[in-house]
Amino acid sequence: MSTWHEYIQATGKLPEWPYPVDYNKVNEVVTDVLVVGGGVAGLQAAINAAKKGVKVAVAERGHAKRSGAGGAGVDHWHGAVTNPCSKVTPEEYTQGCYDSMAGWTGGHVRYIITRESWDTLLECEKMGVQIRDVNDEFKGANFRDDETKLMFAYDYRSRHMLRIWGYNIKVRVYEEARRVGVDIFNRMMVTSLLNEGGRQGNRIIGATAVDTHTGEFYVFRSKATIIATGGAGRLTLFSPEMTASGAMSDMNNAGVGQAIGWNAGAEFVCMEASGPGRLTGLGYAPYSMGNAGNTFHGTPIVDADGKEVPWVDPFGRELNTVEDRFIPQDGQQFSLGIGIGISRTNKEFGLNDITPDLPERIEKGEFKLPLYADLTRLPEHERRVIFGMMVGNEGKTRIPIYNTMTRAGFDPDKDMFQAPVMPLEGYFNSNYWSAAPNTPSVVRMLGGGGFLVDWNLMTNLEGLYIGAGSTLFGGGCHGESHTTGRYAGRHAAEYARTAQEPVADRQQVEAERTRAYTAVKQNKGNNGWKEINAAIARIMRDYCGRHKNEMTLNLGLRLLNELKTTELSSAYASNPHELGRLLECQALVSVGELAIKSSLERKASNSILDFHRLDYPDMDPSGWNKLLPIRQEENKVVVRELPLDFHLKAPYAASYEENYQRYA
Amino acid sequence: MEREMKMSEKSYILPNPPTPNKAVEFNPDICIGCNLCVDVCPTDVMLPNPEKGKEPIVVYPEECWYCGGCVEECPRPGAITMLHPTQQRISMNWKRKDTGEYYRLGMKNPPPPNTRPPSG
Repeated sequence: MSTWHEYIQATGKLPEWPYPVDYNKVNEVVTDVLVVGGGVAGLQAAINAAKKGVKVAVAERGHAKRSGAGGAGVDHWHGAVTNPCSKVTPEEYTQGCYDSMAGWTGGHVRYIITRESWDTLLECEKMGVQIRDVNDEFKGANFRDDETKLMFAYDYRSRHMLRIWGYNIKVRVYEEARRVGVDIFNRMMVTSLLNEGGRQGNRIIGATAVDTHTGEFYVFRSKATIIATGGAGRLTLFSPEMTASGAMSDMNNAGVGQAIGWNAGAEFVCMEASGPGRLTGLGYAPYSMGNAGNTFHGTPIVDADGKEVPWVDPFGRELNTVEDRFIPQDGQQFSLGIGIGISRTNKEFGLNDITPDLPERIEKGEFKLPLYADLTRLPEHERRVIFGMMVGNEGKTRIPIYNTMTRAGFDPDKDMFQAPVMPLEGYFNSNYWSAAPNTPSVVRMLGGGGFLVDWNLMTNLEGLYIGAGSTLFGGGCHGESHTTGRYAGRHAAEYARTAQEPVADRQQVEAERTRAYTAVKQNKGNNGWKEINAAIARIMRDYCGRHKNEMTLNLGLRLLNELKTTELSSAYASNPHELGRLLECQALVSVGELAIKSSLERKASNSILDFHRLDYPDMDPSGWNKLLPIRQEENKVVVRELPLDFHLKAPYAASYEENYQRYA
Repeated sequence: MEREMKMSEKSYILPNPPTPNKAVEFNPDICIGCNLCVDVCPTDVMLPNPEKGKEPIVVYPEECWYCGGCVEECPRPGAITMLHPTQQRISMNWKRKDTGEYYRLGMKNPPPPNTRPPSG
């Protein structure tokens, strides 16, 4: 027996909720540092704060042992530029990221990452994560340094991206957090941040939460608080029946960190940025089909008759050998990997790839569908490192792909892995499993924007720090989450040492408690959370999609607000699980408001942000090359202007190095 | 696995089975109902069986993101299996290079398993 349906038919009884429920109980937790979100970033923040000798609590939405976008593993680590084999400096790497985005990324955050990424990885090694080829499985391979036994990915010359065996990284980090005495509270749906005196914009002194097993209320009081939550995956698309094992982030990604920050008065930038939703999960299960992108970089792609598709460099020049696919070509400094939050890459930092004119060449009959990934054409080391090491350690590949496929008989030494059969434009990007044409053009995802932080990774709100991959302006991928979490943890602990005792405002707590339990008191026949979530996503797709104008944005805002007083406010939750999901819908509405209000403020189209205002059609007009930090004060929008390179201007020093020495 | 059906079995009013249908499957002969998988699941896909020692009940399969953490956590190999939804199983195809045979995940007569473990 496995399913609820089986159980009902076998017993004729409805199973009671398995955990004791008490919606009236209030628990208070007093700590020095509170971390909201117990993914890899949050646990690194917690560990590094605890190492400074302060008391640390983590409020985690799921269970911190395996939760979060990084909870299911990692096979490569970006930006490890200070590793002994690297040929790239932190300044060069940061400049490569910054220039590729024409300045639209947090350069200071990028620099902090590149300075500390390798040190962070060394700490993971001490926790028990394998980062070297200690078993000499790949001895003699051209992507391995025989002295350090480090293994390189994608760019074998520059050696700043490392291959690691991270399938168990979350478990190891979790064990370390427990070892250093971090208090972990699992199943916490955090509903709000607490401000000193209960006033938006004041110092952050804690948070409130609902336990989604017991329904109990939690009041956390903390001297410093770190937000380490994920993105808002459910904001523009809610279709779990379709996305299922194709999902790139789990259901808990509801933008809760951004929502509670926005409502508390924190400042954000670039929340108006968005892009096509290629990785929304409407394609195929990640890494489950023949492809040549990311983890499968370098894999030969052949057509139905076995004819091989050419590889080219970023300038379109054909590559002659397999080795060339992993080496920057003439005119290139070094290659940047994908997935680091850099949505475009200048050619001098691009990756070699399958020829981008493949769609036309298939149409003209040069290549015949279906295509296959033919790993048998690779030398043994390359084949094994792709399907065996990387597929086997990357997020969601150990059980879902490696074990599942090999148990079903797939053998990379003998078999060709079929690529999706799809409309031809899908073959433009070699990450074929993401199957771009499967995702309708109305589905877009927020991208690149997030909390605005200073060189301490502190927000405009005193006591509120950010350590995360996707909610931080300048953040990135798996390693970036660890590294910014680690840095934010240190700084929050330092602040907490001398900060005053937090006193929660009774009125703010009581108002939040009343709001949090509205859904359990509603008529049992009312809407549930899934219907509400689908409506929110529809509003965002329609009114904050690719094309916007003042009128449509305001209409979208009006609909979100209306939802709050109609279907959402009357929605019913029959148990603490459903209550948690409905509270996430409240958070989604807040993030939606933030995105729409940010869009209203930028009265100019912008190509880097993929931002299209029909009422301001001129692309990238002069005068708009600036950030527009946005926050709420007394629930009214306050916007200011900030130059893109603010991180190297007063009050900061003029160079990355100087600032790092001053603040790190 | 087919079960023995009694023709006199009752029918009930039930909501449609969810999509995907179960996400994970338990083998009651191996599972000891320790609920370690339940404890670590980030989204509460399954909940403890009211009867102690019995396998958990899959309640929210549409909330599964297929990380496989439950399988890794399980102390009894084979007690829990992660199942890709059918729409993904029919998409995972491969062709044996020397024989030209086509295979897919979930096919009726699959080839023998490849027993080589992953690196690390």
